[in-house]
Amino acid sequence: MSVAFDEKVHKTLADANLQLAIYRATARLIDHRKHAVTAIALPDYQELRTQANALKRHTIEHLDHYLEEFESNVAAHGGKVIYCQDATEVADFVLGLAKERAAQLIVKSKSMTTEEIDLNERLEHHNLESVETDLGEYILQLAHQRPYHIVAPALHLTRYDVGDLFARTLGVANETVPEKQALIARGVLREKFLAADIGITGANFLVADSGAVVLVENEGNARLTTSAPRIHIAVAGIEKLIPRAQDLAVFLKLLGRSATGQALTVYTSFLSGPRRAGEIDGPEEFYVVLLDNGRTKLLADSGKRESLYCIRCGACLNHCPVYRKIGGHSFPWVYSGPIGAIITPQFMGIEHEPSLPFASSLCGACAEVCPVKIDIPRVLLELRAEVKQAEERGGKNRLERLAFKIWAWVMCHPRLYEMAAMVAASVAPSENGKWLRSAPAVMNLPPVRAWLSQRDLPPAPAKSFRELWRKR
Amino acid sequence: MAQRVSIFVTCIVDQLFPKVGLAMADVLERLGYQVDFPEDQTCCGQPAFNTGYRAEACQVARHFLKVFRDSEYVVIPSGSCTSMIAHHFHDLFPGDTRAQRAADDLTPRVWEFSKFVLEVAGVDDVGAQLEDVVTYHDSCHALREFGIRDGPRRLLANVRGLELREMDSAEECCGFGGTFSVKFPEISGGMAGTKIDSIVRTGAKTVVSLDSSCLMQIQGALARAALPVRTMHLAEVLASR
Amino acid sequence: MSREAILNKVRTALGRSNGQAIAEPPPVRMRVDAMDAETRVASMMRAVEALAGKARRAATGEEARAYVAAVLDGKTAVASNAPFLRECGIVHLAGAQSGFTDAAELRAACAVADVGITSADYALADTGTLVMLASPAEARLISLLPPVHIAVVPKERVLSGLDELLTILPHPAEQTSSMVLITGPSRTADIEQILVRGVHGPGEIHVVVVE
Repeated sequence: MSVAFDEKVHKTLADANLQLAIYRATARLIDHRKHAVTAIALPDYQELRTQANALKRHTIEHLDHYLEEFESNVAAHGGKVIYCQDATEVADFVLGLAKERAAQLIVKSKSMTTEEIDLNERLEHHNLESVETDLGEYILQLAHQRPYHIVAPALHLTRYDVGDLFARTLGVANETVPEKQALIARGVLREKFLAADIGITGANFLVADSGAVVLVENEGNARLTTSAPRIHIAVAGIEKLIPRAQDLAVFLKLLGRSATGQALTVYTSFLSGPRRAGEIDGPEEFYVVLLDNGRTKLLADSGKRESLYCIRCGACLNHCPVYRKIGGHSFPWVYSGPIGAIITPQFMGIEHEPSLPFASSLCGACAEVCPVKIDIPRVLLELRAEVKQAEERGGKNRLERLAFKIWAWVMCHPRLYEMAAMVAASVAPSENGKWLRSAPAVMNLPPVRAWLSQRDLPPAPAKSFRELWRKR
Repeated sequence: MAQRVSIFVTCIVDQLFPKVGLAMADVLERLGYQVDFPEDQTCCGQPAFNTGYRAEACQVARHFLKVFRDSEYVVIPSGSCTSMIAHHFHDLFPGDTRAQRAADDLTPRVWEFSKFVLEVAGVDDVGAQLEDVVTYHDSCHALREFGIRDGPRRLLANVRGLELREMDSAEECCGFGGTFSVKFPEISGGMAGTKIDSIVRTGAKTVVSLDSSCLMQIQGALARAALPVRTMHLAEVLASR
Repeated sequence: MSREAILNKVRTALGRSNGQAIAEPPPVRMRVDAMDAETRVASMMRAVEALAGKARRAATGEEARAYVAAVLDGKTAVASNAPFLRECGIVHLAGAQSGFTDAAELRAACAVADVGITSADYALADTGTLVMLASPAEARLISLLPPVHIAVVPKERVLSGLDELLTILPHPAEQTSSMVLITGPSRTADIEQILVRGVHGPGEIHVVVVE
């Protein structure tokens, strides 16, 4: 268990204000989603989930085909696809293009993929100004912080935090009314949109049959990012593909509702290529960066490949009782919550944070709300088995392994099991189990007793069930 | 000749909450079943499986399959153990088709207790009586893996003298999660705290659930907070007269 | 080359060969609601209002014009080149500039205009959505830069919903580089989950449906 993870968890649990902020924000999103997927609001909800899962499965299983189809259609509409293996290649491409075009200012709309590759940091080292334009992301950029949540990136900050931040970084008066804070940001960012040379976005979906990038948002910053500057670069993981424009009839219905309870977000943009002949405005150049950065690794693992189905709605975060306690910043990578817990070990290797797959009670709330039906608990269980296999190979955690070996052996020998239970019962005082806290969990006791080591217990029963049953 | 049912009481009930097993047997007998307790039973293997020790879980699962091979019904006072057997046994035997077949064969024969009462016995009123104000906690596995939600509430509604009050986060996890509560006691405790706050808001005197592990977790948190609320397994409520 | 490297990794991961055929993708069942025109319009209006937009029915183009004039009320506006707007006499309203074909001029005008006036290619009744395809008739920035957006739409363009849109327009990319679905005024809840309208896009929208 890493010290860093433990410390971050502890810090978050100890911060009462933060606990309240996380709980309230997620409670609101839970409620919104609930009302958006009732039998009346969306009668086909379960069928849509099944369809979405089937579509993602099909696309992922034939990803090479769809990548090529997408690429061909982007080109047909005057755009260009750039394949990038990692963060460096993306940065090199953007920097190269910026240099060629003498670009100095970039505006960006919200993209977890660009967070994943630290794009802003990489660009800033080259005298290229890259400004986040989503209000929450803009705030975080000024504060030099990572997003707290996929959909509500600044949920951990208060209006007073924002007021202080703006006063400090923008030199404005300390304003604490959210509407006015938004106006301040709007003013600053408007100038940036109109002066920017390049607009960089992510992509919610890549549509293979259209060579199109689909962007879903509420503020309008993605539209501005893709309409005002003369160059648009969309950076997207290769898993974002869907086969046809029609498939949006399934995905768009699920994304907004699962994320924020909206039937449709305020703006949904379907962008294919630079402006066409006759169109009055829009970018003159259109690029789609298709990013690997480890996704082909996940692809190769058929047992966990479904992790790539994710459409980044954030519903699993909202419903996860663990996320709701530890928040987004406790997680070791940019992706937090249940989806973060399953993709982080796959991207980074299980040694990166070996306790992460265990930081779940496997309650299944995530799987219940996932619009594309990723069986997150099943993947967590597979990852746990992998962690233990790795420990065995590395000779780690020998005592725990031995305890379970003995435990299994005992459980396969009923008479031994009865004896062990009786011995343990006679040794444990029948008063509260406080003594157990000092006993290491790996002692030769049934694991049940190990689980009890942190709690105030009722007195241990004098007789086990089987003893009582025999007397019945 | 009364229908025979086997009971798998689970290791936690066997060792820590034997009354739950007895209560379940009482109810089953009252419903006209002859209850058989195969003495060689031990555990379903879930502790090892959840912790990532599949080989060990596999051994224990094999033993389980042997013990219950001939049981027409295996009734279990736990959603999580039933889920382990019904949903995970198959995957413990990769490449061993015989064992997989045995696991698949067992799946339709294992029944979480409340589901058995409602769907096999076909009864939603077992003639129970208990004067109390209770609230019901939805155990995660029962709820999400088996869709068990309305069933226990119907059973509780028919208990004479019983008032059932819904808590506002009945479906939220209590924070036990087996190995999770040992490895992440602070988070687990935090989740339990949220649960008992919800319980307290109902004013109920008793929390009912169909998983002893949840009840143990909740009871532990209630006791630590010195709250005068007790926990009862659904079987114990239904056995009350 | 990264392209080859990535595609090879993908194929290897999936056990597929270069150019290998694929099965048909799973069919998507389009659920097109058989709503009559009246129901559609009523639903559209209700949905727009529910999003804090303003919805108005106009029996004639003239009535639509009068409504737009009232909203303009002396403010400056940029109107798109949509023929329907010309039919309604809206492009010649006082304070409204129209007929832009140059990107820079359009942008400059939109950046200072109080109101953007457009038509729409379609509207979606169940969600109160305007569907705008970029074209010589409709520039992107008119419905985006000014803080107020008015859309004047003929009744027959109101569809039942997204499924119908994707049924009649299965290949938007063949028509335009940009199809945007606009559902209500711009909003954010990024600061303490408090709803604020008009962050970047228009904070006020009006939808006029004309008989």
